Amino acid sequence: MLTLTCPYCGIAADETELAPGGQAHLKRFGPGSSDDEFEGYLFARKNPKGVHFERWRHAYGCGKWFLAARCTATLEVFGTYPAQVTEPPPEIIAAIKAKRPDWKGF
Amino acid sequence: MSEPTSALGGSSAEGFARVTEAGLHGMITLRGDLAAPAMARALKAATGCALPGQRAISAHGANLAAWMAPDELLLLLPYPEAAAICAKLETALAGEHALVANVSDARALFRITGAKADQVLAKLCPVDFAALPAAEIRRTRAAQVAAALWRSAPDEISLICFRSVARYMFDLLATSARPGSELAPA
Repeated sequence: MLTLTCPYCGIAADETELAPGGQAHLKRFGPGSSDDEFEGYLFARKNPKGVHFERWRHAYGCGKWFLAARCTATLEVFGTYPAQVTEPPPEIIAAIKAKRPDWKGF
Repeated sequence: MSEPTSALGGSSAEGFARVTEAGLHGMITLRGDLAAPAMARALKAATGCALPGQRAISAHGANLAAWMAPDELLLLLPYPEAAAICAKLETALAGEHALVANVSDARALFRITGAKADQVLAKLCPVDFAALPAAEIRRTRAAQVAAALWRSAPDEISLICFRSVARYMFDLLATSARPGSELAPA
């Protein structure tokens, strides 16, 4: 079972209270971008065994989108943070590095 | 003028806890920047309630203000007052980026009473009821539908859901409260 703490309302929410939103920190390529960039934005997703960044929505709670860093192999959660950022905040990176010293980085 | 009616007309069910549809209640959704001074002022002037902190409920007489999200409050008040308070809030928040909506007829309110009221809901919601304080509102799900609940009195939990799922919610609660289905004796 996956339990994520919503950074907006502070509730440790069960997975069944949340809606998944796929990979976090995507850069959007829209009109004016090349075909390759647009295809990458639409279809190319990471599928790591290990540290992964994801979007989640506290659908049955406060309704806000937030981001989470977790391990896809062990379901260990390194931290959650508000969605108004373009890359993981330093404290999340530090928490991951402390537990996965060989992690290659975001 | 049509007569206002609550979702289930106050029906109730008896089990190891009592489940009652609480009838008509005034409810107003208030959205906007909760940190803005105008919001706290308008709320105080219209309902007498202070601005609640994260997940908290503040009360003034029969009026309650509950924190629903970082930019949303739910105001609970007597049904006949909802329209007037709605108008007051709208006037007070004119020019602010805020939303006031009277949702009294869009919701249903249930009361679960009894010493084992927690157990009725513990079967339905992913919530640790032992760690739920008295003046806190918890938005969650009950089986398949969204709900917001809080401890409204000792041995009483109040629960709000959408009116469209009121019958489902009532049947759910009544089934969960069926005698003999208590959780392991405390």
